Amino acid sequence: MNEADVANEADEANEPVTNGTVTTGTAENGTAVVVPARDARAADPAALRPVRPTRRPPGRSGRLVRLVAPLATLAVVLFGWWYGSVRILDPDRRFLLPPPQDVARVGLLDGDNRAELLGGLWSTSKVALVGLALSIVIGVLFAIVMSQARWVEHSLYPYAVVLQTIPILAVVPLLGFWFGFEFRSRVIVCVLVAVFPIITNTLFGLRSVEPDLHDLFSLYGAGRVRRLVRLELPAALPAAITGCKISAGLAVIGSIIADFFFRQGDPGIGRLIDIYRQRVATEQLLTALFLSSLVGLVLFWGFEALGGFVQRRRSSRPH
Amino acid sequence: MEITYTPGRSPVPVARLRSVSMVFADGTHALDDISIELRQSEFVSLVGPSGCGKSTVLRLLAGFEVPSTGAVETTGDTVGYVFQEPTLLPWRTVAANVTLPAQLTGLPAATARDRAGDVLRRVGLTGFERHRPGQLSGGMRMRVSIARALMLRPRLFLFDEPFGALDEITRERLNEELSSLFLTEPFSGLFVTHSVPEAVFLSTRVLVMSARPGRIVADVAVPFGWPRAPGLRYTPEFAALASRVSTALRDACEVTS
Repeated sequence: MNEADVANEADEANEPVTNGTVTTGTAENGTAVVVPARDARAADPAALRPVRPTRRPPGRSGRLVRLVAPLATLAVVLFGWWYGSVRILDPDRRFLLPPPQDVARVGLLDGDNRAELLGGLWSTSKVALVGLALSIVIGVLFAIVMSQARWVEHSLYPYAVVLQTIPILAVVPLLGFWFGFEFRSRVIVCVLVAVFPIITNTLFGLRSVEPDLHDLFSLYGAGRVRRLVRLELPAALPAAITGCKISAGLAVIGSIIADFFFRQGDPGIGRLIDIYRQRVATEQLLTALFLSSLVGLVLFWGFEALGGFVQRRRSSRPH
Repeated sequence: MEITYTPGRSPVPVARLRSVSMVFADGTHALDDISIELRQSEFVSLVGPSGCGKSTVLRLLAGFEVPSTGAVETTGDTVGYVFQEPTLLPWRTVAANVTLPAQLTGLPAATARDRAGDVLRRVGLTGFERHRPGQLSGGMRMRVSIARALMLRPRLFLFDEPFGALDEITRERLNEELSSLFLTEPFSGLFVTHSVPEAVFLSTRVLVMSARPGRIVADVAVPFGWPRAPGLRYTPEFAALASRVSTALRDACEVTS
């Protein structure tokens, strides 16, 4: 044992051991060696102390917290908003940030405004849902094709990444020329924005199958199709759902961006946002913002519930 | 010890490695000129230091790997293979996991159902058909894995250290159950393990492998009859045999280390 070891041992003890150490002769190289005198303490039962818990005590009532915490955050944000609007802003500048109650009154409680907003929301949601559904189909198909052969993956994957990096605003005019300025182009923008997370997550899931399971399927002579249907796709399901969760929000964003540019057909909420911007109708602008976030949130929750269901089915404890 | 049945060394071989060497693509020299013959009704254990290529022997026999040189021969039937992990499909019920081999090889569904009930009874899992792997203990999952391998009634059964991750009590119980399965089912077994008592308890013969590149350094016959009572482990004869295997194993480890 060298001095460094001894020093480490002393460090690791919970309290200083200076009073419990003795010097015991010299080591072979002639330096004095200090070792902790374990016996001194062990002989004295009074020296035993209860173990101090090093783990943080677990939080109580997880369910209540999960419900109350977000509501508390909301209350704080609403209060800050109200305070900023009513107490900090001059009345003649209040249009920049109208207080929450005004937003609710003008945006939601006024029948005409509400009808206009909900109409726009529905149009945008339709585009987002169709875009998301197409993204799921295209994304999963892409992932499957790429999972089947490395050369396919190497041929396609870089361009899937490009999909993620092309400035969507630069593509929009082209899409307009090619596909018109209505529903079709909006859906395409939506897919361009939302498809990538589904491709990557599904591909990751397909590749996550344990090698032993692949060996098992080889043992029983399973071909590509059976392996895909009975092994790879079910194994990829949780990851694919995670991809959908991410893409759900992106689909709504894509749909709103598309509203801005493709102005034919029924107006989506993106176009309404543009109109409110020109009219400086901040109340409606904020309402539009909340409603469209809500659509993304509902989709996200939907996939979250689906993911939870799949997970529970797979790892449930005995009932 | 009462001997009611001894699976003799029938002359019929069910699996054979002839002068097999295995060098992997990364340069790992796993096996060096190894020859093993497994005959009908034999249960052979393969013990050896970690990384000596024991699993490679099984993987060669299952067709998962192709030898660098030498010949690997089996009867050509589908072998039973039990992996280190239970390797169950978590989304399938126990019954559906067990019928997987039947499904993949195109056995009629009715036959598969009957056999599934039968093999689950043999491993003591009747009543758990509708459970999912996530609801079972480690030992029970391993039983499902064994039941699944029994589905196609293999003549050659390969075990890749299946009980290594289980606690001692469960491991001994499963050893005993596997031993009685061996008595009632007409298969020959090749069992890879790190545990000398396990190898001696289960086998008609224990092969000791050297450290990598693996070679067979000892071939110890186990003369105990069947059925083997749990108490066999505490007899002097058992201890003597285990000690012989242990010594061979220690020598095998020291050759290279």
